[in-house]
Amino acid sequence: MPTTISPIEAATGIALQQYLTVAAILFTLGAFGIFLNRKNVIIILMSIELMLLAVNINLVAFSAYLNDITGQIYALIVLTVAAAEAAIGLAIIVIYYRNRGSIAVDDINSMRG
Amino acid sequence: MTIAGFFFYLFSTVLLSSGAMVITARNPVHSVLFLILAFFNAAGLFVLLGAEFLAMILVIVYVGAVAVLFLFVVMTLDIDFTELRAGRARYLPVGLGIGLILLTELIFVVGGFAVAPGAVQPIPAEQVTNAAAIGRVLYTKYVYFFELAGGVLLVAMIGTIVLTLRHRAGAKRQNIAEQVGRRRKDAIEVVKVETGKGIS
Amino acid sequence: MYPAIVFLPLAGALLAGFFGRTLGDKGAGFLTSLLVLVAAGLSWIAFYHVGFLGEEARVPLLPFIGVGDLNTSWSLRIDTLTAVMLVVVTTVSSLVHVYSVGYMSEDDRQPLFFAELSLFTFAMLSLVTADNLIQLFFGWEGVGLASYLLIGFWYHRPSANQAAIKAFIVNRVGDFGFALGVFAVFYIFRDVNFDTIFAAAKEKQSLTLPVFGYQANALTVICLLLFMGAMGKSAQFLLHTWLPDAMEGPTPVSALIHAATMVTAGVFMVARLSPLFELSPTALTVVTCVGAITAFFAATVGVAQNDIKRVVAYSTCSQLGYMFVALGLGAYAAGIFHLFTHAFFKALLFLGAGSVIHALHGEQDLRKMGGLRGPIPFTFIMMLVGTLSLTGFPFTSGFFSKDAIIDVAFASSAPAARYAYYLLVIAAFLTSFYSWRLIFMAFFGKPKDEHAFEHAHESPPVMTGPLLILAIGALGAGFVFADYFVEAGYAHFWRGALFTLPSNTILEQSGHVEAPLIKWLPTIMMAGGFLVAYAAYIAAPGLPAWTVRNFKPIHAFLYNKWYFDELYHWVFVRPTAWLARFLWIYGDGAIIDGLGPDGVAARVIAVTKRTVRLQTGYVYHYAFVMLIGVAVLVSYFAYLFRGALFKI
Repeated sequence: MPTTISPIEAATGIALQQYLTVAAILFTLGAFGIFLNRKNVIIILMSIELMLLAVNINLVAFSAYLNDITGQIYALIVLTVAAAEAAIGLAIIVIYYRNRGSIAVDDINSMRG
Repeated sequence: MTIAGFFFYLFSTVLLSSGAMVITARNPVHSVLFLILAFFNAAGLFVLLGAEFLAMILVIVYVGAVAVLFLFVVMTLDIDFTELRAGRARYLPVGLGIGLILLTELIFVVGGFAVAPGAVQPIPAEQVTNAAAIGRVLYTKYVYFFELAGGVLLVAMIGTIVLTLRHRAGAKRQNIAEQVGRRRKDAIEVVKVETGKGIS
Repeated sequence: MYPAIVFLPLAGALLAGFFGRTLGDKGAGFLTSLLVLVAAGLSWIAFYHVGFLGEEARVPLLPFIGVGDLNTSWSLRIDTLTAVMLVVVTTVSSLVHVYSVGYMSEDDRQPLFFAELSLFTFAMLSLVTADNLIQLFFGWEGVGLASYLLIGFWYHRPSANQAAIKAFIVNRVGDFGFALGVFAVFYIFRDVNFDTIFAAAKEKQSLTLPVFGYQANALTVICLLLFMGAMGKSAQFLLHTWLPDAMEGPTPVSALIHAATMVTAGVFMVARLSPLFELSPTALTVVTCVGAITAFFAATVGVAQNDIKRVVAYSTCSQLGYMFVALGLGAYAAGIFHLFTHAFFKALLFLGAGSVIHALHGEQDLRKMGGLRGPIPFTFIMMLVGTLSLTGFPFTSGFFSKDAIIDVAFASSAPAARYAYYLLVIAAFLTSFYSWRLIFMAFFGKPKDEHAFEHAHESPPVMTGPLLILAIGALGAGFVFADYFVEAGYAHFWRGALFTLPSNTILEQSGHVEAPLIKWLPTIMMAGGFLVAYAAYIAAPGLPAWTVRNFKPIHAFLYNKWYFDELYHWVFVRPTAWLARFLWIYGDGAIIDGLGPDGVAARVIAVTKRTVRLQTGYVYHYAFVMLIGVAVLVSYFAYLFRGALFKI
């Protein structure tokens, strides 16, 4: 527990833990989305975006409560990488669809061993 | 509760419920739209934290680029409404259990952490905007990361083009040089046409 | 000179063995025969030098083992006993080599045959020139190996292979005793060199060794164990079963190994170790008894055999018994003298039998022979000479040596002497009977197989030449050498090579047997055997068949070699085979295979098959598992830091 109240908490009355809880629940939702979906692979990509968003919230919350701008720099970089990864992921889905004709999750099991 | 508190709870609730809707919506286009809603609410949370620049960047990049890209792909691939398959029920209890465990532990961590003495930084004397504060360190202390991020984006762009570009036979394309270099004698032919006969 | 005698045959063996194809069949035969002939010539020169000029020698060659107290080296011990054996081995071996050039002329593996003959000769020579027990054992094993190789020379015959293995295994039983004897010698004497052992023997007389909890006299134990080796090698009673089967090998092999040399290795060994045996009356008695029983037993079995080579084989076995009786009664010289003369006439008989077989193109059954003295008269004369010598016709060499032994048995006051005497006399009668039976069945009467008879022809000179030389030895060796071996010239000739205690005056005593009946009893027995054989096979040819019909059990008992093979099969072979089968099925099969290929390996495959099901190919399954892993890890760390965690 921080011994001094950070200015943001003083201003808004919201403790750091609340932000972290929100991020945690969002992360769990994203994780669930990966294996509970039976629909298509795009939902998986969107779940990944949700997880990355949760991480970003975490980073920015800590940056605000510790008065350290480094957290936000990190969040910026995460944002960049998330965008790049979403682009490539979608490209892969597009050409997978071109070759296989389906993006139903249950049909993607050729790595079965 | 304060105004800030009210907005915090508003934004959080909508964020979490739209996150849940992303993964449970039947129509994939609805999923994307709920994702956009989640991004907006996260941006709102960022503003509450005093990171307004980051919030706007979130809206511009995530909503404006990534989510639109998702929408493009969802529209391009002819994806059907897929019914919920029966198999989901098999994993649900286990998955739910695991999820609950994870959540519980995450919250325990949240409750039990201690901040190291030197972690809290002193507040700087002058008040600057969030953009200026980021700019002060991004191009000086973290310039290499900045350049690398640019590199990542470049690689992603090249990768995407390499993956999806294909030359379709029969597609009409413009060859600008050819068009500009066209001469009158190649393009126009004057034909004497008799009345009533037509060009044959 | 002495290293040359020992190593020339080895050179022949290596050259014929490795360059046989280059040398060709005739070349290999001539080269090896030449080398052994040179060795034989040198041996006679050595015999003259050592025996008559008194020049003994020790020729050290190479150091061998030097570990703690055990120090042996390869060295040649040349005294009179060695010289006698050198002459016997090289002479008979060279004659057999020459003979084989003719006998094996239609075989396609001749170079190998000659290489193995020369290898055997080398091993036997290193045995007789050994100066310590280890080198003697090396030669001992070497002759066993060569015997195995040569018996099984015609390996595409299963009976030959079985006979070779039988010979090797029965020899191995004897060698086991021999090895234990060598260990016991080292334990008592802390040395294996003959000079040391012989010098120290007297002091060790009263020591004892624990045997099954009972303290037995050390020297007796040693001698009995060593004699066990001799029993195996010389086919004495109980370890004799391999000798008749060894006749599966080519006849020259039988002549060389199973008549003149290898089987006499046991006799030689006992004579060489006379300093030890002299000091153990118990061991000597055992030797005498075993020898006497063997002489009698083999003679009874030889009477009922129909294969020409088996008759001669049992004759060998019987004569070896005679030699052991002589040794056991303290008359070592008489035993060696009989070894000397026996080598000549037994090799003559075997090679002559080979000549008969060669003439009949492979027929060996006496019942199918007859009247051969017409087509092959020279062989007939040679076999006659051999038989006369074997049965002890006056003034042949057998007469001198065999009768010497019987006289020794009569004159001795040792515990078993009288019993041995009776057995030897009866054996002499039987020996004469079966020898003349062989001659009459093969060379007299009407031919039983007309076809073979028509084509019978005399052997080429390369085969009959050696026969002639052996015949000369069979006739004259006794007359010429008796004086030196057993009579007045004894002391000067042997000069301590054969050790006897001062109380041992048996040779002298046997020379003074005066009663005419006793003196001529062996000759009377010989004549009696001749007459009975004549009656049965010439005068009244129906007599043998009548005897067999009316004395069927006795005949069967003798014909089946006193049922020893069947007895050993039941007592040793069947339990061993059962044990081997049991171990194979339960030990090897159930335990080793069960734990290995069928057990652990199969379990691994079973587990793998189940584990492979984790690889479903679905990404979300993998992600799910990762999540479970994360949950486990986080739980673990939450548990570790539970103290710090709940400070909300």
